[in-house]
Amino acid sequence: MHELSIAQSIVDIIGQYVPQQDRHTVRSVKVRIGDLAGVVPDSLSFCFSAITSGTPIAEAILEIEHVPYVLHCTACQSDSTTEPGLAICPRCGSRQTTVLSGTELQVVTIDVDDDLPEHL
Amino acid sequence: MSIITIERKVLEKNDEVARQNRELFADHGIFVLNMVSSPGAGKTSILERTLERLRNELDIAVIEGDVQTDLDARRVAKYNVPAVQIVTRGGCHLEANLVRDALANLELKAIDLLIIENVGNLVCPSNYDLGEAMKVVVASTTEGDDKPLKYPAMFRNASVLILNKIDLLPYVQCNLSILKENALKINPSLTVFETSCTTGQGIDAWCEWLAENSRRKTAS
Repeated sequence: MHELSIAQSIVDIIGQYVPQQDRHTVRSVKVRIGDLAGVVPDSLSFCFSAITSGTPIAEAILEIEHVPYVLHCTACQSDSTTEPGLAICPRCGSRQTTVLSGTELQVVTIDVDDDLPEHL
Repeated sequence: MSIITIERKVLEKNDEVARQNRELFADHGIFVLNMVSSPGAGKTSILERTLERLRNELDIAVIEGDVQTDLDARRVAKYNVPAVQIVTRGGCHLEANLVRDALANLELKAIDLLIIENVGNLVCPSNYDLGEAMKVVVASTTEGDDKPLKYPAMFRNASVLILNKIDLLPYVQCNLSILKENALKINPSLTVFETSCTTGQGIDAWCEWLAENSRRKTAS
């Protein structure tokens, strides 16, 4: 269950960008998760709500952008999606491959509502 | 509404501490391994056989990570090497800051090789860089030959694969060549060793490789 520690890291990053008095204006935070990142989106959403509950960002929604696992084959010069983690080109069977995407675990954007009044 | 664009790695704080750890290890010429596996694959047993073989050749220290108890640190301490136990109290993996804190209990300038034994778990530890030179993943024959395909991230991030408990092959449903082949499908550049901690088979080859790599690191 390392999703809890990942959720905490996301909350920490929000804290670095949005000052304490403005945290209630955070509408959503978008994270990018690759197929091979080893993170379960549902667990992450659950952990995020659990640790933000009762805090100024309790209303913030965690949006998850899913990134497919894509291999580039240097032998046949093709890009293809395949079973996450496999290093074998599904087209030509070569092992001369590099991973183009699918390992991402990033905070992409924070959406804040500027129209909300300052918290009293 | 306004959107703040960030594009930052979620675990960058861990990565930053890992970078500092790596720098510290480089300054002291320490070769550092992060041993990972599912629970019961034999990390501690391999460590014990390794200490038996190499403790007179190299100055070795150990950091043990477990959810609960200091049983492993006590097992390792019998070999007269400095051993620090990290108890995560429920945490499923080690993080770089836990390792940094544990380093305060070790005399770094007196260490050639530091072996960090991670919490037994084939999923979570793969996300967390500790500052190691390489990850060593242990897979045992009793787990079956499909594990690399089921837990690819761990095998992908490792440099060395130890296939352990090969003495049990006659009794378990595991085809060693399929197990190896599955691991190489995930990571073709893995260096593979086959070991049994009970019979001692393969321990020499692993220890020779380890001693050679530690010396190279210490000399550089």
